[in-house]
Amino acid sequence: MKPHLIMLGSCLLAMVASAGYTDAPPISGYQFMEPETRQLQDDDFLNPAMFLVEKGATLWGQEWTDGGATCQSCHQNIATDMAGVAAGYPRTDPVSGRMVSLEMKVISEIAGRLGAAAPAYGSEDLLALTALIGFQSRGLPMNVAVTPESAPWIETGREIFTTRRGQLNLSCANCHQDHWGEKLRGDTISQGQINAFPIYRLTWSDFGSRQRMFTWCMESIRAEPYDYGSDEYLALETFLAVRGAGLAIETPGVRR
Amino acid sequence: MLWLAAACTATAAQGDAGSLTGVPGDPARGLAILRDPSLPSCLICHSVSSLPDRDQGVLGPSLDGVADRFTADAVRLRIIDARKASPETIMPPYFAIDGLFRVGSRWRGKTIYDPQQVEDVTAFLMTLAE
Repeated sequence: MKPHLIMLGSCLLAMVASAGYTDAPPISGYQFMEPETRQLQDDDFLNPAMFLVEKGATLWGQEWTDGGATCQSCHQNIATDMAGVAAGYPRTDPVSGRMVSLEMKVISEIAGRLGAAAPAYGSEDLLALTALIGFQSRGLPMNVAVTPESAPWIETGREIFTTRRGQLNLSCANCHQDHWGEKLRGDTISQGQINAFPIYRLTWSDFGSRQRMFTWCMESIRAEPYDYGSDEYLALETFLAVRGAGLAIETPGVRR
Repeated sequence: MLWLAAACTATAAQGDAGSLTGVPGDPARGLAILRDPSLPSCLICHSVSSLPDRDQGVLGPSLDGVADRFTADAVRLRIIDARKASPETIMPPYFAIDGLFRVGSRWRGKTIYDPQQVEDVTAFLMTLAE
């Protein structure tokens, strides 16, 4: 890297470190849920999203091409090999050198290393694999690193978070930064933290990734969503991960 | 679609906005719109203590006595585009298509309320005197 780029990176890093991401310590959406919803998440036998973890475990040992390798061929002991991994995503991929979400990383591993047709962003197979990997970080703190590579993504994500948009002309920050803890028709506004994904969402009666939630939020303010895997969502996800640094991973979570 | 043109020009006046339709608003219809949970409706953020509706809004000021504090034209302006009164407000503009970013394709070029809905809600709010 050229010296002036390093300097730019360092400046961005200093800006990110000094600016702060929220007026208050991060609080998991769990704390804003009704007791019945919390119980659903707390009990692995009741938690509907545990289905994803179980399905993920099946896929982990599955050949992706006839006679080909499985995930397990390389990552033999998932509990130790994958512990803490999801808590560090999005991150700079050591192979490609660019920022990737956990979903993008799984897709590139299956498509690249295993030479198979990878499950699509938003598909149940990808939710299952990311839930399985995320489950190995349950209880560990989100710790996405602020680096010269991630800093510009974090700043772009902050801009997306604070830009008013849609027919309702609201930004994410208008509610999740400025009014969290207050009520909207009986529901408490959360901080918009992302430490429990993939989740089972009661409103959907379905599972969803962080980026599915972004799309739902965008549509609820009647804004045009971005595409799954887009740079914009990756930036937003990276910003939110740093904003929520230290929150314990709850994967697989349950939300209202 | 004529009223779309109105949406572009109605907010030009500073401070007040006259009737969008010339047809008097219906307070009963206005009340139905104001409390409709399927719409981006007033009670999500505001409260009216004379109404029995549960879980009324807390983000915006109470609408009790709003008719004592504002004229109909001032209330209408704040429904049409509250940014004209308070540039930093988080209240959505109910009858404006300008100054918005990345409006979803289903809603692009459309307003939240149609002109008569603006009149109806204004008419109901003007009954809230103390």
